[in-house]
Amino acid sequence: MATAEVYPASEPERWTYLDRVRTRAGPFTNPDAFDGTVVAEAVENMKILVIGAGGLGCELLKNLALSGFKNIHVIDMDTIDISNLNRQFLFRQADVGKSKAEVAAKFVEQRVKGVKITAHNCKIQEKDEDFYMQFQIVVCGLDSIEARRWINATLVNMVDEDVEDSYKPLIDGGTEGFKGQARVIFPTVTSCIECQLDMHAPRAAVPLCTLASIPRQPEHCIEWAHVIAWDREKPFPELDKDDPEHITWLYQKALLRAHEFKIPGVTYALTQGVVKNIIPAIAATNSVIAAACCNEAFKIATNCAPSLGYPDANYMMYSGNDNIYTYTFRHEKKDDCPVCGNLARELVVDPAWTLRELVDSFAVRPEAQLKKPSIRAESKTLYMQSPKSLEEKTRPNLDKTLIELGLANDEEIGVTDPAFATVSFKFKLKFQKSE
Amino acid sequence: MAEIVMSQTPPILHGPSEKEKKYDRQLRLWAASGQAALESANLLLVNSGTGGVGIETLKNLVLPGIGRFAIYDEAIVSEADLGLNFFLDEDSLGKARSQSLTAHLLELNPEVQGASYPDEEGVTDLQSLLATSPMFTAIMYAHPILPEQLSLLQTYGQLHKTPLVAIHSAGFYSYFKINLPGDFPIVDTHPDETATTDLRLLSPWPELVEFAKGMTKDIDTLDAYEHGHLPYVTILLHYLEQWKESHGGAYPLTYKEKIQFRKMIQAAARTDNAEGGEENFEEAAAAVLKTVVPPSLPSGLREVFEYEPKETIEERSSFWIIADAIKAFHAKHKALPLRGNVPDMKAQSKVYIQLQNIYKTKARQDAAEVLVTAQALEPGRHFDLAEVELFCKNAPFVKLINATGGGGNASPGSVDRLREVTAQEFTNDESAEVTLAPLSLVPIYLALQATSHVVSASADDILAGIAKVVPGASDNERVVSAACEVARAEGGELHNIAALTGGMVAQELIKIITKQYVPIDNTCIFDGIESRCQVLRL
Ligand SMILES: [Zn+2]
Repeated sequence: MATAEVYPASEPERWTYLDRVRTRAGPFTNPDAFDGTVVAEAVENMKILVIGAGGLGCELLKNLALSGFKNIHVIDMDTIDISNLNRQFLFRQADVGKSKAEVAAKFVEQRVKGVKITAHNCKIQEKDEDFYMQFQIVVCGLDSIEARRWINATLVNMVDEDVEDSYKPLIDGGTEGFKGQARVIFPTVTSCIECQLDMHAPRAAVPLCTLASIPRQPEHCIEWAHVIAWDREKPFPELDKDDPEHITWLYQKALLRAHEFKIPGVTYALTQGVVKNIIPAIAATNSVIAAACCNEAFKIATNCAPSLGYPDANYMMYSGNDNIYTYTFRHEKKDDCPVCGNLARELVVDPAWTLRELVDSFAVRPEAQLKKPSIRAESKTLYMQSPKSLEEKTRPNLDKTLIELGLANDEEIGVTDPAFATVSFKFKLKFQKSE
Repeated sequence: MAEIVMSQTPPILHGPSEKEKKYDRQLRLWAASGQAALESANLLLVNSGTGGVGIETLKNLVLPGIGRFAIYDEAIVSEADLGLNFFLDEDSLGKARSQSLTAHLLELNPEVQGASYPDEEGVTDLQSLLATSPMFTAIMYAHPILPEQLSLLQTYGQLHKTPLVAIHSAGFYSYFKINLPGDFPIVDTHPDETATTDLRLLSPWPELVEFAKGMTKDIDTLDAYEHGHLPYVTILLHYLEQWKESHGGAYPLTYKEKIQFRKMIQAAARTDNAEGGEENFEEAAAAVLKTVVPPSLPSGLREVFEYEPKETIEERSSFWIIADAIKAFHAKHKALPLRGNVPDMKAQSKVYIQLQNIYKTKARQDAAEVLVTAQALEPGRHFDLAEVELFCKNAPFVKLINATGGGGNASPGSVDRLREVTAQEFTNDESAEVTLAPLSLVPIYLALQATSHVVSASADDILAGIAKVVPGASDNERVVSAACEVARAEGGELHNIAALTGGMVAQELIKIITKQYVPIDNTCIFDGIESRCQVLRL
């Protein structure tokens, strides 16, 4: 029945189904990029990195192991929590407290014969460029925007136009409830995570005065306990959001405040949700998004079918709340992207602002989201968060207005943040008086 | 001081149970009621073909704690199974596939029960399984399936009103099709919170009018703090009255009038302060377009109102009786029962809580009226107030899936329906370049469907099969490509496509079992080459 020959590598019987597709061209295969005779072996020799061994990460490891990849690394600093067990299917009750990366790697190695999985139980920021340079593809299943931005900036910075191996395709997945997204990034060639940052705007913070004097919602009472009461009473030396005793303390405080203001709705689960910023997560959605990511990794590695990323669509949005929708489209690269673009991004500011107001604004602007910015103008340093001596020296600038600091319309500033050690974000000041 | 504080603490403060901890991330989506529904569900998977997609689906249902599952699978584990299915290993080789799969799936969640068939205790075929097993909540089957097995399942589904889910995954393609036993209404659809604001500013009831008047009667002489803390609802109500006075008693209803009204609000904000404006007036201005609206009847609810269920009144579920009661409420009041939620807005705590209570009280009164009407419609039946309240709260968002009849279309599942939809999709595709709409995925469905009962087929065989079902379709260039792509896989699954499809099917089964969120109606086709899907009613 076969319409063309297959070209297996090791274990031909085991990979029967995979070889039919990966070693034979289909109607959509690009013949210039595809050589079926070598593809199976090439994939076996590739090194692929999985970032995150959580809900998406467990799925990613399973999917890659069953997509013909034999040399997989996984990196995650987290330990297993009981609330992971409803979806992180490589973990059992007895694994609670152990390293996610190590348990996940061991499980998949044992289940799928011949696959080698190397676990790294650490932060992604602890690894250097040499580490990331050894992989051909990076797949990300993270729940933090910061970590995504860090690996994105790192991979973009690693690109050396003269070295083909320095381009590492980045595939990134994310989920929330019944929704999620999968995207493919070819660093410096297509739109990067920083280009797409405004699609994931941070939630607006509740004004401090609302928390302090006019709470109206149960969340306001919980934030009050978290931000104000905790600092005032310091019941434990340091807040550990995973310690039930600490959460219970916050819950009781929030409950008292809610009683005082007759606000209904404070519960333990809500307290935990607000304080830890919990995002609902289920196995089914992780299954969809991780598989979408690995399907792209498989196509990129084999060229047996066109992948997302280039030249057309690079982003798939998925929503299962109401019916099922996917929206697969092309997100354009931005010339003023602070990470992959050449132009400084325009930043509308009021010249009457103090430098402090400018510094604070970086955290909440959807296009910046920098929590600890240090700022340099073309000719001088305006404010440095560290080292301490420089911070002290530049601190007086915080109370000066932008005009007083000699800044001009259209002037470029450089912003760095400890979360993105290697990157300097370029912005161009656009003066606009607020009304 | 500490003692006083503690004595005010409410006495019961137990933290979450172990089970609540384990299921925390999903309870935030479907709550204890949804979890209870999952835990009492009993699913059957009839596994055939290469056997990947059904197991990936089950994995995603065992993890969140489905009550019980059964796998019927006649295959013996081969080497090729190990390259596709994660829930098999070296030790499984040569053993019954259903047994190894069941054992490995059960490791995922000790609270779930599972069984595998055929077994050694007399259940040797599908027929005897269906005859002896406890009632199934839903049945999934993977293509290619033997025609005689399929007809057994269809008979069972009709007899017991069991939802059937057909799944087919091959190479980069898949589809699944949900066959619900009848109309399927959903109340708890979880609309986006931002879409639910209903403030009734154009038809305020006496308590709300009185409250707003009390707050705003001296609006021009209020001190800065009070003026800056008027909740925007009262600001809008106050200036709507002013507007009416200068517009012959009419409300601002057109877009142009609303823009003018918004300017009126913006102009009323005080600017003689440090901020140069007032946040509550900004909120009021921003809310004009969305909240200054007359009551309307959303299309989903209109469909429910106009629908005639096949059953007699006595046989109907309480959903239909409550829907009739709400219809009567709407006819009488020219508005739906009030949802009763008030979005957060700048206001003093006490004032906001008062306002919230005015809305909540009205919502409770409306629900109580609906309950009385429902009881009058069906005097012998008991109606649960909580159910009526949930329906009233969600009335604008209720959805009816799989409504039968109406529309003049051929009925779903029929060949006529498939021909009709295919013709329509091909017509749409002709103008796709102009409309920028994505091209139809119906070619994928046609190509997979042509291999519903055979392990594999050549592209020519597939095209011949398509031509028999939908004459002319096999000439379509995209259908030819889809047939080649399906032939390439020779009935083999790719794990990624199986996992992705299994995730979607699991989401749908969760929605159907919990009766929360909105399931598809009725077929979802996935293209793993372009990474997108399309839902069609076939
Ligand atoms: Zn970029």
